[in-house]
Parts: sequence; structure tokens; C-alpha cells
Amino acid sequence: MNTRLVGLMRKELLQIVRDPSAIAIAFVLPVVLLLIFGYGVSLDAKHVLVGVVVDAPTPQTQSFVAGMRRSEYFSVQTFSDIHRAREALRERRINGIVWLRGDFSRLALTAGDAPVGVVVNGVDANDARILEGYVQGVWAQWLEREAQLRGGRLTLPVDLQSRIWYNPAVRSRDYLVPGLIAVIMTLIGALLTALVVAREWERGTYEALMATPVSMREILLGKVLPYFVLGMGGMALSVAMALWLFHVPLRGSALVLFGSAALFLLAALGMGLLISTAAKSQFVAGLIAIIVTFLPAFILSGFIFDIRSMPEPIQIITHIIAARYFVAILQTVFLAGNVWSVILPNGAALLAMALFFLGIVARLSRKRLD
Amino acid sequence: MTQPILVFEGVTKRFSGAAGPALEALDLTLEPGGIVGLFGPDGAGKTTLLRLAAGLLRPDAGKVVALGHDTRREAAAVQGAIGYMPQHFGLYEDLTVQENLDLYADLQSLPRAERPQRYAELLRLTALGPFGARLAGQLSGGMKQKLGLACTLVRPPRLLLLDEPTVGVDPVSRRELWAIIERLVQEGGTTVLVSTAYLDEAQHCREVVLLREGKLIGQHQSAVFTAPLAGRVYMVPAGEGERRALQRSLESASDVLDALIQPEGVRLVLKEGGAPPAGAQPAAPRFEDAFVALLKPAGTGALPAAAVRRADDPPSDGEVIRVQNLGRRFGSFEAVKGVSFAVRRGEVFGLLGANGAGKTTTFRMLCGLLPPSSGSLSVAGVDLRSAPAQARGHIGYVSQKFSLYGNLSVEQNLGFFSSAYGLAGARRRERMAWALAEFELTPYRRVNAADLPLGYKQRLALASALMHEPDILFLDEPTSGVDPLARREFWQRINTLAAAGVTVLITTHFMEEAEYCDRLVLMSLGEVLAAGTPAQIRARAAREDRLHPSMEDAFVELIEQHEAGLRSAA
Amino acid sequence: MPAHIWALTVKEFLALLRDKVSRMALIVPPILQLVVFGYAASFDLNHVPYAIYNEDSGAASRDFLARFAGAEVFQPVAEVNSDAQAARLLESRDVLLVLHLGPHFTRDLLLHRSASVQAIIDGRNSNTASIALNYVSAIVQGFNEQWAADHGWGRPPAMLKIRAWYNPNLLSRWFIVPGIVGLLTLVVAMVVTSLSVAREREAGTFDQLLVTPYRPFEILIGKALPGLIVGLLEGTGIVLIAVLWFHVPLLGSLAALYLGLIFFLMSAVGVGLMISAAAATQQQGLLGAFLFLVPAVILSGFATPIANMPPAVQTLTYLNPMRYFLVILRGVFLEGDGVSLLWSQYLPLAAIGLLTMAAAAWLFRHRLY
Repeated sequence: MNTRLVGLMRKELLQIVRDPSAIAIAFVLPVVLLLIFGYGVSLDAKHVLVGVVVDAPTPQTQSFVAGMRRSEYFSVQTFSDIHRAREALRERRINGIVWLRGDFSRLALTAGDAPVGVVVNGVDANDARILEGYVQGVWAQWLEREAQLRGGRLTLPVDLQSRIWYNPAVRSRDYLVPGLIAVIMTLIGALLTALVVAREWERGTYEALMATPVSMREILLGKVLPYFVLGMGGMALSVAMALWLFHVPLRGSALVLFGSAALFLLAALGMGLLISTAAKSQFVAGLIAIIVTFLPAFILSGFIFDIRSMPEPIQIITHIIAARYFVAILQTVFLAGNVWSVILPNGAALLAMALFFLGIVARLSRKRLD
Repeated sequence: MTQPILVFEGVTKRFSGAAGPALEALDLTLEPGGIVGLFGPDGAGKTTLLRLAAGLLRPDAGKVVALGHDTRREAAAVQGAIGYMPQHFGLYEDLTVQENLDLYADLQSLPRAERPQRYAELLRLTALGPFGARLAGQLSGGMKQKLGLACTLVRPPRLLLLDEPTVGVDPVSRRELWAIIERLVQEGGTTVLVSTAYLDEAQHCREVVLLREGKLIGQHQSAVFTAPLAGRVYMVPAGEGERRALQRSLESASDVLDALIQPEGVRLVLKEGGAPPAGAQPAAPRFEDAFVALLKPAGTGALPAAAVRRADDPPSDGEVIRVQNLGRRFGSFEAVKGVSFAVRRGEVFGLLGANGAGKTTTFRMLCGLLPPSSGSLSVAGVDLRSAPAQARGHIGYVSQKFSLYGNLSVEQNLGFFSSAYGLAGARRRERMAWALAEFELTPYRRVNAADLPLGYKQRLALASALMHEPDILFLDEPTSGVDPLARREFWQRINTLAAAGVTVLITTHFMEEAEYCDRLVLMSLGEVLAAGTPAQIRARAAREDRLHPSMEDAFVELIEQHEAGLRSAA
Repeated sequence: MPAHIWALTVKEFLALLRDKVSRMALIVPPILQLVVFGYAASFDLNHVPYAIYNEDSGAASRDFLARFAGAEVFQPVAEVNSDAQAARLLESRDVLLVLHLGPHFTRDLLLHRSASVQAIIDGRNSNTASIALNYVSAIVQGFNEQWAADHGWGRPPAMLKIRAWYNPNLLSRWFIVPGIVGLLTLVVAMVVTSLSVAREREAGTFDQLLVTPYRPFEILIGKALPGLIVGLLEGTGIVLIAVLWFHVPLLGSLAALYLGLIFFLMSAVGVGLMISAAAATQQQGLLGAFLFLVPAVILSGFATPIANMPPAVQTLTYLNPMRYFLVILRGVFLEGDGVSLLWSQYLPLAAIGLLTMAAAAWLFRHRLY
């Protein structure tokens, strides 16, 4: 390797070590984001406050309420009559009501309308749907148990047996944490790179650099390589937190994980450098980086929201977002294993995007000021 | 005949969005050897010329040949053989002195074996040896410039391009920088092309290139420029107290092209065929005279007399500003150490010193922007920091960078500041009209402040500070970066204001501007080195071999004395 | 309002609107977010690709599968005839769901025996998986009722009927879109305010402002008003779009909505000005705003319920103005709340607003240098 490149890289590493904002973006931000998401964001409702109203207590109602109390999904609060419960629901003190009507014991095991009234607060549709599922589950279990007690078996025409592969415990953390790695890598690759290049423009160091015999290729490599190392460091930190703090399983190979991360990082670095050739102030570069890389990585990558359910035009847009491919690989390698039919096409897309962005940057960057 | 080292052939360069070309059909040939000075007012195209020579810009028309290489096709070869130091040299401030040197040695591919010897040479030349481990960001302005120069010199270049290397640098460092450049030329045979705003630096130059609005005005030895002025330059002797009034009256005389306050009196440059006033003694023309004679637009004589009305003059002779033992620390760094002075009503009072001397910190404390760590101060009898808001209505303030709202137009800026000071209705309209007329801003009224030429930004900043007719005017480095012509005009205005009874407190790092002040303090490293009238301070540096020292001599002398004192105390 | 404060407000507006970058920052993010959140951010599934692994050739299995074919949400992609094939499709994400009907499906049903159907779901996104499973259960339940009625199935147990208040069809959009009103007003208020002091500090004009006779609270008012006004305008725009374009019902009183909007803007503008007054440079201001926005949105209940968070984090959310505003928005839009029900949300917002604004005004002059 030539001395010019080595000199540039050493300079960059020294600057990273001495610049608190680089350290903040590369190491503090990932930790904070992982903690917020790992602990703060969960789609798995537990201990949902549910009001229970029992009109006429009988052994049957008792066993039903006990079934609810046993479930970790509910936090049961009893009300003496339905009006009070409705009031509580209206005031948002509880999220749902289970009302066991007076004729519960008589009607429970017969066909037709159930003697149970269930009302949920549907404002948060997702939450409400999950709550519905839980109540249905408790009801089905109770029916089965009652049937057994009476010496029979509960017979439904079709008995649905569900199996959720890759995440049988249905822990949302297991897919949020791997997906978040893509967001973090976007921050390091694109936002940080765009900011540091814009800083060189602002401080006039680029002008001095350009008047030396160093070539544009060396200047670009001198930026890409150190931030590549930094990005992979952030990746390693995130993976370590995912595995040992959040206990997300890693079913595929680490090699595939880091290989695809390397490709994604190159694409993100390319985007960061591209932004900085367009915006020569840190403020504008930061704004553009957040709007065109961070937000899409968050919303349109399939990290939280299912891409297949988005409207057609938005689905098309997601194809130009590198994070989309990386999220697919991350969730697969963590939860499913080395599934080459997912890894190869998405990896190829990442490679193409990396080549595209870095190629454009190499073409657009001139050792000139005009 | 030797091959020219730098050739411009019919070079034109335009920037999108600019009205005219930055350089237009420029022809220029530099022979190797010696120092060539590049002079011209703001916007003359000096920086563009240097960037073109370094191959950082491509000419729109014509061609540039540096060291025998066309910069358009062989930029890499050019950049391998030249040294270029941009105006704000991009030192990596979070790298140490040594790390900066290492970086540039790597970039210039200086073989490792040669490094120790070259580093030793450069550090000796720049006297930066003891600071090798210090971060570049913590160096003083002068030391930064020297380090920047050292970085460009890591591998001795055949052609060295320097863009205003001495701007904002104290006189001591300025002399040191020139000494380095001169030695370089003598020892290494380097050719230096240097642009500068200090006209007295023409004395160092073998040849002077003078530009205006992108066109070449002349390329000669400086003596050739001054020759036509023989017999047109005079000195009118005057005492300290009367120079300002004299300058004002001379300036408006029809025969006078330029009148400048000097230590001994007022220096005059007459128009061609003009007659000197009585008592004037002939003086030798300098490059500055030629610069003004060639570039000063015709028809701009003296400005109209004071347009600031004094409402109810309170009893004069009072001390308007009093500072006692003022100190300010930032962490462990003591920016201002026990400064004391007092300013009387109607005085022009100067705070002189290099960057980092503590002028701006003192200034910000006076304006109530920064609480002092120790000592006391009062402005018009109150501390502006704790005084009721109305007290601030008596002062006007122009900050270092002509702080204006860049994306507001000239009119909107003026309108906002007049409302901020509570002007309304007819009074506000009247003052706005006054400001536009007085400062000749009418043609620019709808232009955004950020897009104004620097000289007009300065005018707008001053106009904004005068909308409410303050009694006291605070000016922080109001002439920094402004070309010599704009500086002259600016001082004319200050003179006029002072004549109308406004108290002016001004900071500057131009030593010759000290002569405009009634009294001043010289500051260095947070301390007052000397206080008094300009003559009193100059006298402190008088020696047998130097009976009439300049303010710059005095400054250098006082700093050396001060440092010697510190050393002997240690 | 005194003329000199009005002049400050006008100046802020001019500075905001005459600059290309800040104009862009006011217009682009709202449009982007509206499109993205309005359409893309939804937990509802409307496209579940599935594969059929049917080992039964009877009429019942055809009836059963016809229910899936008739459901708009489900899109058949392939029919497979081995577990390995099914696994491959699932693995490669070509399908989200595989329905496996055993060889005796029809026979069992006709013999009045329970026939089992296996639903295998890709759980890489476990939330999507749970929702898909709910959809499948609903279809199976429908089939069961029909089959039991038609074939004299003895004593089928009663089915639960669940009613959802406020959002009977459980549309995610009804939940998300009112949230966008909060999200966008927060972002806009931050964009307008979080750089307004830092920008002036960098340009040196803030010093210029401090030496004028303005008092700190006057500067505060001048700087806060543009954020409030722009926030109110953009907020109104989004409310209109929510109602007219996305057809989200607005049941409660406008007074309750606007009271909430004003209190919320006060706190958002206060936080923005505080960050701005504390920042030395625009970059710090931008980073600070970013570091506030991300947790403020995530820990607000915007997309995921606060109740699911650990208790320590839940306590932390009491500092988050978004939390209160989202309750107000959803309450007014969907639950028809009026002013009187929402005081418990207005008061914390007002408190946050007053505290942060006081801090900002103090920081104008006392920021550590």
C-alpha cells in the first residue's frame, strides 16, 4: 500500500479517536437505539388490563376467570356491574371487558350466541387484535377443559393447528433487534460519512488536500476504509448486544452475517459520500442523510412494517432502498439460518447497490473546486 | 532565456450565479525566482488566480501553464511540483503539529530517510519545535499559519502559491512569516506567488501584480507603480489632537485624492496637477499611494458631514466606560487577566492586539454578552449584563463578522434593527431612508445581506448599529478582511461620528489604524501592555537608532519586553 | 403585541421562508412522512402469499380452501405436494403461510370427526405472523360455523363474539393517521425552532440580538411564535387530510383538539428552543433534535403501546410530550372526547412547555462558553 493512502487513513483514524461526535454516532447511538428498541419497543402485549364482570358466580364462571388470571397476557380487574366496567373502558383505565352474563353456566356449552360479552378498545387496532386473540385462546382452552370434565371431547369440525416457524415464542424483540442493525449501520455508513466529508469542506482541509499530489482515488479510499472498519466495529457491537443482552438466536453463520454487512456498509458509505459531494455543509448533509437514508431504512425496509402489504408504488420505491435487502438477510440469518435462496439474491442486490453508489462517487468526484 | 514558471494565456473564469467573470482574458507570465506579490481590492480575482495556477479550477477559456505543464491536462504533474496554501489553510485541528507534518510528508511521498532532517529544518525555520505534541487547534493564529506553511514546504516546491498568508496574524508573526519566505527563496530557489491585503508587504516583492475586477492593471516592480506619483505626495504636520479634524477638511479639498492619518500628521496624495496646501512637506511615494491612486473610484470625495443628531448632550468629560481589573477565564485558560482602562465621552478608543490577545473577550464582557470572572465594569454608569433592557438602547454594536441576517434583504435587515430598538412610524421610515442614502445602499436594497460584497456588508452592519443613534458605539474588528479602500471609507465615517460626539470603542489588529484613535490600549495574551495616546505608546519603543518608531515597531518591542519580563520572573 | 416583538416574529418568518434549505425542511419531511406513514406504516396485512399443501381430494377440502381463495387478503402462490417443497417456499420468503390439509380431511369431517389443518407461518417478523394467524383463525371459525350448521353437527360450542369499540373494523390506519398529526407537528416544530438560536449563534447575530433592548422573554416569544403558527397551520392541514383523504372519523370536539394542539406545540417549541439555546453550532442542534425525536416518537405509543414497555421505561415516558398528545388525538378523533375528559393530558403538556421555555430563556444568556 502506498504511503499517501496510509497517511490519509492514519489521519482519519486519529480524527475519529479524537472527535466525540464520531464516537457518539458510531458507538453511543447504536447502544442507545438498541436499548430503546430492545427494551422499550414491543408488540407483544402482556398483562393487558382487562375488566371482568360476573353477573352470577358459579363454579363455571370461577374456572373461566381463573383461566384468565393464569394467563400472563391479562391483568384482571373485577367489576361489580357492567356499567362501571364500561365507564372504566371509556376512561381508558382498562383495555377490554369480559362480561360473563347471568345465564353463563347454562348456555356456555351450547351452540349459538355465547353468554360472554367481550368488548375491546379498538383504537390501537393491532393491540386490540392481539387482545382478541388472547381472549379467544382462553375461551377455547376453557371449553376444552369443560368438555373433558364432562367426559367428552370438544369437537370442532376443523381443528386449526398453527406452527410459527423460526420464532415459536413469537417474541417481537427477536426480529426488531436484527432489523435495527440495518438502521444503525445506515447511521454510521451514510450519516457519519456525509458529516465528516462536509466538515472537511467547511474547514477548508479539502482544498489543501487537493493541491497535493494525492489522487482522488486515494482520497476516497482514505475515507472509505477507516469508516468501513468503524462500521464493522459498530456491527460487531450490535451483534454482541443482540446475542448476549437480548438473547436473539443466531441460526445462520456469522460469516454470512458479516459478509452481507460488509456489502451493505459499502453501499451506505457510497451514499454518504454521494450526499457529501452534493452538500458541502454539515447541516445540509445531515438533513439530507436523515431524510434519504435513515427514515427509509426505518420505515420502508421491512424492519417493522410488512413490505408486501404496502401499496404498489411504495413497494416499488422500497427496491431502491439498500436497507430492505439487508433487513431480509439479517432476519433470515438470525432466525432461520443460512437460507441461500434469500441470501444470494439480496446479497447480489446489495453488491449492485454498493458498486452503483461507489461508482457514481468515483465518477463525480473531481480533484477540482468547480 | 529561462522558461517562465507560470503562464496565463487569455484566461477567463466565471462562476455560476456571479454577475461578472472572476477573471477575464488575463495574460500573465512569471519568470522563475523571487517573490511576486498579488494585490487588488476584494473581488479582484486573487484567490481564483491562485486556484487556477494550482490546477484546482479549470479555465473557461485560455490556458494556464505551470512549470511547463498545462493545468487542464496535467493537473497531477503540476500538483506534484507546487506548494499551495489556501487562505484558511486546512490544518487538521484535532491532529498534533507532528501528526500534521507526518500527514503531509506521506501525501508528498517524502522518503522516510529524509524526514528527520527535513522536519528539523522546518521546525527550526518556524520555531515550532517545542510544540510538536500540541494539537493544531490549540495554536495561536500566527503559529497555525507557520505550521500551514511548514506543511506545504515538507517537500520543497519549485513554485509556492500563498493566499493571504498573513491575514489576521499579529505583527510579530507576520515578520517571522516573511522571514521564512525570504529565506526559502534565497536558499531553495523557490519562486513564490503570494497574495496579500497588506500593502506595505509590497516591499518584500520582486514584482507586483495588480488586479481589479478580474483584469490585470499592471505587473511591475513596485517602484514603477509609484513613479507617476513623484511630486504628488505630501505630509502636512499636525499634532495628535488635531489630525482628525485636519484630515476631514483636507479630504474634501478638490485637489486631494487621498488623505491619511499618520504618526506625524496627515499624508496627502494630490490629484494630477493638484497644488499642495500651505505648510505641506513633500514625501516619498509608497506602493499604498499608487494603489489608492490607481483604484480609488473617481468622484468619491469626503462623505457628508455628521448625520447623527445629538439629542440632549449630557455634561461631557465624564467617563462613559470604566473597566477595573477585569478578568475572564475559560476553564483553566485565562483569556483576560486584570485589564483596566477608562473611556471618556466622545473619544475614539482602541483595543489593539493580535488574535487571541483577549480583545474580543473584553469586548463581549463590556456589551454584557459574557459575565466577567473577576473585576468590575460599567458602561454609561451600568453593567449591561444586569441593567434593565432599556439601557442597551444607548449602545450600538457591530460584531466581528458583520453579523447580519444573511437571507434577509438589506431593507429587511434595517427594518428589523430599527424596530428592535423601538423605532416606529415616521421616525422609522426617516431613519431607513437616511441609512440607505448615507451608506449608498439604495441600489442593493433588495439584495440579501449574504450576497453583498464584503465592503457593503460592513456598511450595512454599521448602518444597522446606527439606526437608533446610539451614544456609544462598540465595533469589534470592523475592518478585518476588508480591502484598503473600504477601510479608508470606514474610518471616514467613524471620524464623522466621533466629531458628532459619539463615543467609539473599537478593536483592530491593524497597527496603523491605531493612529485614528484618541487613546488606546495594546493587549497581548490577555494583558494590557501599554495604554495612552498613539504618540505615547510609540514613544515607548523609541531608541537611538530608531527615533520615530511605527506602532508596529512599538508592538513588537513591547511584546519582546513583556516576554523577557516573564522569562526573568520565571 | 408590541411592535418590536412582532418585528422579531416577522424576521424569524422571513429568515425561515427566504432560505431554500429551511423551506425544503418545512415542506419535504411532512409530505414524505404523510405518504410513508399514511400508506406504508400499517400493521394490517392485505397481501398474505400462501401455498397449499392439500393431500385430500374431497369436496370438503375444496370448500375449505375456497374460503381462503375468496378472501382478498390471501393470495395463493403455489400448490405443493411435499413438506420439503413447502419448507423451501417458506424459507425463501416466497410465501408467508402454508396450509396443510391431511389425506383424511374430508373423510374425518363426514364421519363427524375433527379434521386437523396445519398452518405453518414464517415467524421472522413475529408480529406479521401473529396477525396472519388471526386472519386464518377467523376464516377457519367461519368454516366451522357453516359446516356445523349444514351437517347437523351435534352441540357445537358457542363462539365468542367480540366487539371493538371506537374502531369496529380494527383498521390500523385509524390508529396511525391521528398519530401522524402529532408526529408531524412535532417534527415541524423542531425543525423551525431547534436551529433558530444555534443558527444565529453561528452567524453571530444572536449577540447582536442580545445587545438590543429585547428582554429574554421577548426574544423567546419572538422565536416561539413562528413554531406555534407553522405548527398550527401544518397541524390543521394534516387533520384535514386525515379526515377528507384517509376518512378517519373525527368524533370529538374541535375545541378539545386545538387546545391539545396548542399545549403540545408549546411543549414541543419549548424543547426545540431549549436544545437550540444549549447548542453552540447547528450541527449540535441537529444532532440534539435527532436524539430527542427518535426516542420521543418511539416511546410515545405512536406505533407500539406504552403498556408493553418495561416499568422503568414507562415512567420515563411521562416526560415525553408526544405521549400526552397522542392520547388527546386518538381520544378526540376516535373516542369522541371533549375538553373535560382531557385535563389530565393538557396539564402535563403545559407544565413541560413552561419549564422548557423558562430553561431556554435562561440559556439564551447563560449558556456555558
